[in-house]
Amino acid sequence: MTEPVNSRMHKAAVNRWLLLAPALVILCFAASGPLLIVLVYSFLQPGDYGGVVWNFSIEAWFNVLFQEDIFDETVTFADAHLSIFWRSVRLSFGTTVMAFVIGFPTAYFIATRPKQQRDMWLLLIIIPFWTNLLIRTFAIMEVIRNEGVINSALLAAGVIDSPIQILFTDFAIMLGMLYVYLPLMVLPIYASMERLDFSIVEAGYDLYASRFKVLRRIILPLVKPGVIAGSILVFVPSLGAYVTPRVLGGGKNLMVGNLIELQFGQGRNWPLGSALAVTLLVIVMVALLFYVRVATKEDIKHG
Amino acid sequence: MNSSNGGSQAVRIEAVSKVFGEGEGRVVALDNVTVGIRQNEFFTLLGPSGCGKTTLLRLIAGFEHPTGGEILLEGADISALPPYARPVNTVFQSYALFPHMTVAQNIGFGLEMLGKPRAEIDRTVDDMLQLVKMTELKDRHTNQISGGQQQRVALARALAPHPKVLLLDEPLSALDLKLRKEMQIELKRLQNETGITFVFVTHDQEEALTMSDQIAVMNNGKILQVGAPRDIYDHPADRFVAQFIGETNFLTAELASRGKSGTQVKLPSGKSVAAALPADGRTQGLVTVVVRPEHARLTKVKSKAALTGTLENIVYFGTDTHYHLQLEDKTPFIVREQNQPDGQAPYREGDQLGIEIGADAVQVLRD
Ligand SMILES: Nc1ncnc2c1ncn2[C@@H]1O[C@H](COP(=O)(O)OP(=O)(O)OP(=O)(O)O)[C@@H](O)[C@H]1O
Ligand SMILES: [Mg+2]
Repeated sequence: MTEPVNSRMHKAAVNRWLLLAPALVILCFAASGPLLIVLVYSFLQPGDYGGVVWNFSIEAWFNVLFQEDIFDETVTFADAHLSIFWRSVRLSFGTTVMAFVIGFPTAYFIATRPKQQRDMWLLLIIIPFWTNLLIRTFAIMEVIRNEGVINSALLAAGVIDSPIQILFTDFAIMLGMLYVYLPLMVLPIYASMERLDFSIVEAGYDLYASRFKVLRRIILPLVKPGVIAGSILVFVPSLGAYVTPRVLGGGKNLMVGNLIELQFGQGRNWPLGSALAVTLLVIVMVALLFYVRVATKEDIKHG
Repeated sequence: MNSSNGGSQAVRIEAVSKVFGEGEGRVVALDNVTVGIRQNEFFTLLGPSGCGKTTLLRLIAGFEHPTGGEILLEGADISALPPYARPVNTVFQSYALFPHMTVAQNIGFGLEMLGKPRAEIDRTVDDMLQLVKMTELKDRHTNQISGGQQQRVALARALAPHPKVLLLDEPLSALDLKLRKEMQIELKRLQNETGITFVFVTHDQEEALTMSDQIAVMNNGKILQVGAPRDIYDHPADRFVAQFIGETNFLTAELASRGKSGTQVKLPSGKSVAAALPADGRTQGLVTVVVRPEHARLTKVKSKAALTGTLENIVYFGTDTHYHLQLEDKTPFIVREQNQPDGQAPYREGDQLGIEIGADAVQVLRD
């Protein structure tokens, strides 16, 4: 009796691995593989025309944090790198906050529509995803540039005398990233809100909680998993954004993504680019760990 | 139930209508409903699924707003107030406990929102925990307690702010029979101890009869009859009410003269019996009358009996026996008799029997 059961279980386990195999292969080769290559490259020396020379060196890692003056060989902090990292974190954080402020009410709006209408609203949220990122970014540029839609309208209406400089500012970058990543905030929040039993919300109103109190004390805690997921989904790609800051920030407002690209392109310093990429990865991981820890602290306490 | 006197009435529903949707999908959930609920009363809304019970409750709570009419709470119109401004609390059918809070936090939530001081909140929560016998489980989360316990927490949470009216939407329907009976008694006890007016929704007629001071029987968005359980059972004014509550026999009869001994109706057998008239029924012609099976008796002496018929079927129920008869005009008639200890069945199928009808047992319907 036991043997057939055992062999059946064994077979089930084998089947499970077989079914997982395609995903595992893709993960190994497409995710871990390149990552390993980048990690290895970061410990090599740059080639003269790009590429790497296979000599072990920690120079690239040294250059992530410090810079050596070419003439007097004094070592100083790599202010440029640090400030770009800091800017990236700041802009991504700003984008995430804005996405939450706009995405939460949007998700709430959709979740409280009658069932038949919700799919249509979701579709409207997703439609921009069907357009190429570059085209969408240029469309935003068209809206906010000095001769663009907003400024022309304001000028024509006489509200302003000269165009407001929006394009090529940090705000423009955040606006662009917000537009691109907003659905990634709306969808997970919507998903957890849709599961919310709205009689719980009514119970809140019934027990003398005003709209704001119901939002803060009942709805927000219950859709927190969605908010956490949405924030991660917006923050992480924002941090590594490349196209948006390049187009909307002009050449001068770099983010980490641009800095890394620079090393692989004009900079011809692949090891430094790799080291910067790994640094970005570490920052993202630390930020996520910290964020998830803080955001779920209460649940752990109760759970 | 005097409509001008709102003083002793906790809730007054005045010509309230509620229509959902428009055009094709238009649903009239409540159709010109008028009813008064007295202070400290256990008031039950009884009716089949979809008759508008929940809608009426939600109107009182403030989750919906009437399309017509007024809702008065202790004489003041509250139709325009949002739910959080009404001193009325609800026990939801699904309990709707806050899953991210403990039992004690759930119970204290209303008081906290009312801005009561911490000490008072803690004291009331302790009282409530004791009242519903949940003190031991106060730090549990709501998903770590059983259905019956959740039910108690929902009750305590709604009672804690001491509302003027407590609304209960089929609060016992999710419980099994034994727990249900326990909670019925518990609910009555809580209502007595707190003195709060309860408005209770159920589609279970037995539950309504055993628990209520007053019952309003609803169907199709209308209130058909309001009265004490005995009134509703013994003197149903309406065919639906008679059918919905308990078992009953329907007969066609003719209203005869109103003699010294009250109204008389002439039964199909030609015999006349005394009958009770509804307040707003007709006063002559053919009417439908109802007789409860237990208000009739079988007899072998046919000459004096009000009705005669053939015994077709005998169904033994332990405490009593149901005799299914067919009257001369082919209408079915059921008589329920208490079983005697001698264990002998007094009648056989096929017997020709007389049916005696007790005094006050015939009720004329409004039709
Ligand atoms: N939000 C709504 N939109 C449209 N129709 C509704 C809505 N709420 C209720 N109705 C309709 O109004 C009628 C009364 O509903 P209600 O929920 O009050 O019934 P009920 O007596 O509580 O029934 P049950 O015993 O099944 O709970 C039903 O026909 C229902 O379909
Ligand atoms: Mg209902």
